[in-house]
Amino acid sequence: MSAVAEAPVAPPEPSAGPRVRRFEWAHTLWAAAKTLRGAIGLVVTLFVIAVGAIGPFIAPHDPNAFVTLPYAPPNAVAKLGGDSLGRDVYSRVLDGGWQILIMAALATAIGVGLGAAAGVSAAYLPGWRDNIIMRFVDVILAFPQLVFALLLVSVVGPKNWLLVIAVGLSHAPQVARVIRSAALDVSERDFVKAVAITGVPPWKVMNREILPNLVTPLMVETGLRMTYSIVIMAGLSFLGFGLQPPSPNWGSMIKDGQGGLTLNPWAMLAPAIMLAILCIGLNTYTDAVTRSALGVDRAEKFALTEVMSATETGSA
Amino acid sequence: MTAIDPHASPAAGSGAGGTRLVVENLTVATTKSSAEVVQDVTISVAAGEVLGVVGESGSGKTTLGLAMIGHTRRGLRIASGSVRLDGQDLMTLSADELRELRGSAMAYVPQDPGTALNPARRIGPQMREALTAHDRSKEDADARIVELLTEVGLASVPNVLSSYPHQLSGGQQQRVAIAMAFACRPSLIVLDEPTTGLDVTTQRTVLETVKRLCAEYGVAAVYVSHDVMVVGELADRVAVVYSGRVIELGTTDEVFRAPQHPYTRGLLRAVPSPDRSGRLVGMDGVPPRPGMRPPGCAFEPRCPVRVERCATERPALVQAGVAGTADHSARCWLVGEVAAREPASVMVTEIEPAAVVAGATDPVLRVDELTAHYGVRQVLFGINVAVPPNQCVAVVGESGSGKTTLARCIAGLHTTWEGDVRYTGEALTPGIRHRSKEALRGVQYVFQNPYASLNPRRTIGALVSQPLEQFTSLRRRDREQKIVEAIRSVSLPDEMLGRYPDQLSGGERQRVAIARALVVSPTLLICDEVTSALDVSVQAAVVEMLRRLQGEQGLSMLFITHNLALVRSIAQQVIVMSVGRIVESGPVEAVLGNPQAEYTQRLIEDVPKFSDVGSGTAGF
Repeated sequence: MSAVAEAPVAPPEPSAGPRVRRFEWAHTLWAAAKTLRGAIGLVVTLFVIAVGAIGPFIAPHDPNAFVTLPYAPPNAVAKLGGDSLGRDVYSRVLDGGWQILIMAALATAIGVGLGAAAGVSAAYLPGWRDNIIMRFVDVILAFPQLVFALLLVSVVGPKNWLLVIAVGLSHAPQVARVIRSAALDVSERDFVKAVAITGVPPWKVMNREILPNLVTPLMVETGLRMTYSIVIMAGLSFLGFGLQPPSPNWGSMIKDGQGGLTLNPWAMLAPAIMLAILCIGLNTYTDAVTRSALGVDRAEKFALTEVMSATETGSA
Repeated sequence: MTAIDPHASPAAGSGAGGTRLVVENLTVATTKSSAEVVQDVTISVAAGEVLGVVGESGSGKTTLGLAMIGHTRRGLRIASGSVRLDGQDLMTLSADELRELRGSAMAYVPQDPGTALNPARRIGPQMREALTAHDRSKEDADARIVELLTEVGLASVPNVLSSYPHQLSGGQQQRVAIAMAFACRPSLIVLDEPTTGLDVTTQRTVLETVKRLCAEYGVAAVYVSHDVMVVGELADRVAVVYSGRVIELGTTDEVFRAPQHPYTRGLLRAVPSPDRSGRLVGMDGVPPRPGMRPPGCAFEPRCPVRVERCATERPALVQAGVAGTADHSARCWLVGEVAAREPASVMVTEIEPAAVVAGATDPVLRVDELTAHYGVRQVLFGINVAVPPNQCVAVVGESGSGKTTLARCIAGLHTTWEGDVRYTGEALTPGIRHRSKEALRGVQYVFQNPYASLNPRRTIGALVSQPLEQFTSLRRRDREQKIVEAIRSVSLPDEMLGRYPDQLSGGERQRVAIARALVVSPTLLICDEVTSALDVSVQAAVVEMLRRLQGEQGLSMLFITHNLALVRSIAQQVIVMSVGRIVESGPVEAVLGNPQAEYTQRLIEDVPKFSDVGSGTAGF
């Protein structure tokens, strides 16, 4: 019987002390932060988030006030010079982060939430329901994310709530694909069947038995989708479909700064740098989380657990 | 008591030549924390001799086996000691020199032949490579391959050389792997559980092949296994490994007839054998993990005869020969006195044969003409089963016999079947959706693998509580009462309720799974190979517990197992299955004592038995 041989025989941990599973995700996040890669990513990400959160309160000028000449180079009044209308680039950078961050976070939540629900349902519900969900997903996947968001925005008009929903919806099918394959694995496990054969309704099985075992892939997906949300939000703003002027945001600031690149490069570079390091930082940390969840670089632990479990698969 | 010289020439098997492998004070530790996985092992193996290394999960036996060919797994290193093969110290060789020796002077046969053979290449080229890699010409190699195939009994299989591994059966694959190991006439072969996962009949053929080849070639063989009975049949000498140390070493005959260490004695009592119907005596607890071993004897926490000294001082391997032979030693302070000190509770007692209730009472479960399919393939053919109240019916069969499918059909896990299945008169539908709540509660199922059947994210209390929430509308307080009762009935302490599955050992997990099934007071308990993922000492404890619970709670039980030897210890009736059909059924004593079907006879014949080991043993 191969069932025994292929079962991931739980390895007794060599380390002392009980390990409480409930907070395993927190351990994974922390373990990732302790690696060099993860530490750099986390510090950079937290820096940008801090700028977005605290920035509006420490900005020296009103971001919409005209304080200097258009495309003025850095001077005593405006540290990073002026933009196309003579507004302070420094203040606008400090003030232009929070909106995009909040909207990206909301879009990510919608995308991962919908995607996870669709993915888990498709994995656990048999036959036609799986097919319907996944074919629908395939259809949406056929549109590039940005084009899909543009489509919705151009029909209804550039509203903030619509931006969030459009970007969120465009994430959902991609998340659904990833989560479905992870959930397929879990729903084949005996503990799910053990509960299901007592007659527990499917939604309860999915919610209580399957979902808690998908925390790790969900975490990785969230990090990844957050990066994409920011890029798409900024991209839409850059194209003029996103957050509307005059309120500053890094995406439209890049577009605005383009024209004066030779006069005051900071008008474009400053918001671009903020977006770039945010995406790189978030991506680096997500990558570290993935590695720590997969257990890369845990040679010693690996060897020990192998030793401990080598024969537990015996006598099949 | 004096420490003995471990190199005193072994009594058995020494006729074929001198000592080939000498392991001295070998310690294998982890690279980072230096936790010692194998500690201070000193063993020698002579030419033509088979040394059996027996141990349970986590004993370090596989690590020891690998260290004998100079290899360690990732994260481990040989910390001290020496391994000498034909006088050459493997520790002093470079990686290249070691690789040169592997395959030519020493060979390794892993547990799963599937992992040893490349699935994308035909058998012939793979075997030739094993030979030509060590400076043989192609023609030379081809002649040798034919010779090898004859020796492992594969010459009669058509086109074996042009087959891919998946076209051969598990047993044939393993014989190919063994042929490749013997190909270059090595001095040493390490076999790591090569018969685990094979049917008993195939296992017997493979074991006979190994034994014969070792004798013919004068190879020093090390046979690593968790299966005490297999080692007993095959090995000339036995090393019992516990928690990284050899705790008993001697000729197979001596060790099985007069085991000296309390652990060896417990292990032998826990082994089921079809020729005895004794109550199985298990050993609870788990061996201490590497790096967390007590200063004294590692077995002390589980030992029934421990004295004060055991906890603080580590015993040495001392002479234990009773019959005047030099080749028997054990690592225990009480060598020679163990037998006299053992409490009655660990003694094997006979089970009084249960009275078989006449067919007058209505069966709890009746299966009529059950047929089942996997896709288009039919896997069950007209199965009839009746489980009377308060009786245990064992279903025995080899892999592929359909025994698990039968259980899954009844439980509602497998849905493509036809036939009439009735639980106390109520017809059961293939899926669970149209079954009554009463039927779902009354039939409980315990899964094979306790490492997979418990949700790792939920506490033991929540796991046991789940069926109660589903089937009863008890208030929280009453539910907690029931949970505590259930967890106590499977001999677990109350504090387990707050823990998570990964904090429990395999045996404890299976007890939790059983408690989860019993908490709703079922009438019928279906146990699907519930002990096959457990160590033998734990298996004995779990089987004994199930037998007790069946009596106490008036349960009916359907006990699915591949292990014929277990049947006598738990069931009153037995059904023998083969490729989807019932070949024989009836009361246990009748079927096992006087089997009618040829298949059953062969099955009983091929199961390793105590009476086959050495001079007929286990009278201790």
